[in-house]
Amino acid sequence: MFDSALNILTYLSQGLWTTVSIFLAAALFSYIMAFVAGLSRMMKNPIIRGVTAFYVEVFRGTSLIVQLFWLYYAVPILFDIHLGSNWIVGVIAIGLNYGAYMSEVVRTSILAVDKGQTEAAIALNLSPVQRMRHIILPQALRLMLPEFGNYSIQILKGTALVSLIGLTDILYYGDIYRSTNLSEGPMAYLMVLIMYFIIALPLIWLSKKGEKIARKGVAS
Amino acid sequence: MEPIVQYKDVHKSFGDVHVLKGINLDIRPTEKIAIIGPSGSGKTTIIRLLMTLEEPTEGDIIVDGQNLWKMESGKGMKKASEKHLGIVRNDIGMVFQHFNLFPHKTILDNCVVPLVNVRKMKKSEAVELSKQMLDRVGLGDKYESYPTQLSGGQKQRVAMARALVMKPKIMLFDEVTSALDPELVGEVLEVIRDLADNEDMAMVLVTHEMDFALEVADRVLFLDEGVIAESGTAEEVINESDNPRLQDFLRRFRGE
Ligand SMILES: Nc1ncnc2c1ncn2[C@@H]1O[C@H](COP(=O)(O)OP(=O)(O)OP(=O)(O)O)[C@@H](O)[C@H]1O
Ligand SMILES: [Mg+2]
Repeated sequence: MFDSALNILTYLSQGLWTTVSIFLAAALFSYIMAFVAGLSRMMKNPIIRGVTAFYVEVFRGTSLIVQLFWLYYAVPILFDIHLGSNWIVGVIAIGLNYGAYMSEVVRTSILAVDKGQTEAAIALNLSPVQRMRHIILPQALRLMLPEFGNYSIQILKGTALVSLIGLTDILYYGDIYRSTNLSEGPMAYLMVLIMYFIIALPLIWLSKKGEKIARKGVAS
Repeated sequence: MEPIVQYKDVHKSFGDVHVLKGINLDIRPTEKIAIIGPSGSGKTTIIRLLMTLEEPTEGDIIVDGQNLWKMESGKGMKKASEKHLGIVRNDIGMVFQHFNLFPHKTILDNCVVPLVNVRKMKKSEAVELSKQMLDRVGLGDKYESYPTQLSGGQKQRVAMARALVMKPKIMLFDEVTSALDPELVGEVLEVIRDLADNEDMAMVLVTHEMDFALEVADRVLFLDEGVIAESGTAEEVINESDNPRLQDFLRRFRGE
């Protein structure tokens, strides 16, 4: 029993690096998209705002699986755009999807910073970029931390979908193991669960910490 | 002497609400002006227009010879760009009712950040100057504290130091004591008194502290329903005017 569990874990760990690397890259990409889109949506220029709103709504309004299949199977044929290996497509799809959600976190956090802060910054004649960089963003960041923590955990869970475009992640090896050792199926999936949970632990810890920082807050 | 600020028939509406109805006002370069008037009469709005926090719906505001909200373009005047506003408001500073200190920065950095970024001062110089100013307002032992660690009176004194290091030619004060506990009002008024006595800059104080206004202001304006209803020395406005609305305001103010 214990032996088999250990056996399975060793087997699954072949997919560990794929899961972790996709998670790290997709998380980083989604954070970047979140800031780019979140800030763009607050610009004066209506074209930039419109394009960003379109991106955010499309990616929030459709499911990640469909986006993944679109980018992997449809886009190359329809538009002759080849994004690269399935690893890259996975990272891009997950990053764009969660980036869309998180851009709203960025936007609402920026709006949540007290208006008096902007006014004081104007009174000191800081330029719009300086206001954002030195005054608004540092305060908004603290407000964003808890949500960014939660979304990071979701991104980790979302990576399990990449087995559907042929990536050999933890879930992929779990499936293979089960199909060759049918009686051990439940055990295999239990181990898959445990493995994801262990990877998520530091994230859970980080997002708790983020919540604390946010709660300590920025009241003047 | 040329006025440092001129309001020329300035109007301001918020939607349907006509708040300022033709403000004409010249401020001399060293003048200390107090604005009094009932709640909602537009006192805050007057100075927010000058600080570029609100845009007038009509009229012109001239600062040191330059039109604040309008700029030359090929044909006639057009709405000021952010760059134009940045140039003109460089001469203006403001202290707010609710302090608006930057809570994520130390007291010292609250002063240093604008000096370094706007005045392009070297960090070491900015620190030196900021410390001097914090010493002057009585916070020499708090450089590394954060705003949340201070009392209301201390916060407001920091806010004044922060505005002062920028060396504005015109300093605006919007009821800077009205959010304070009564026992903390004195320490803040004392700083303002020091500035009024020792600084050459023009000062505009929106205030409910009538006695204080009497004491420091060269001129008192009584604002009523969006117009300057009375203007003169404190003596003239507060003690000699027979404007019934002013009388009424003063009576209610003194709780008679
Ligand atoms: N941003 C705004 N949007 C809509 N109405 C506003 C806005 N700012 C001010 N007003 C209105 O304009 C009028 C004048 O406001 P203002 O704050 O200038 O008055 P005040 O004389 O400073 O009053 P108080 O003594 O209460 O501070 C008020 O009726 C107020 O409700
Ligand atoms: Mg007011």
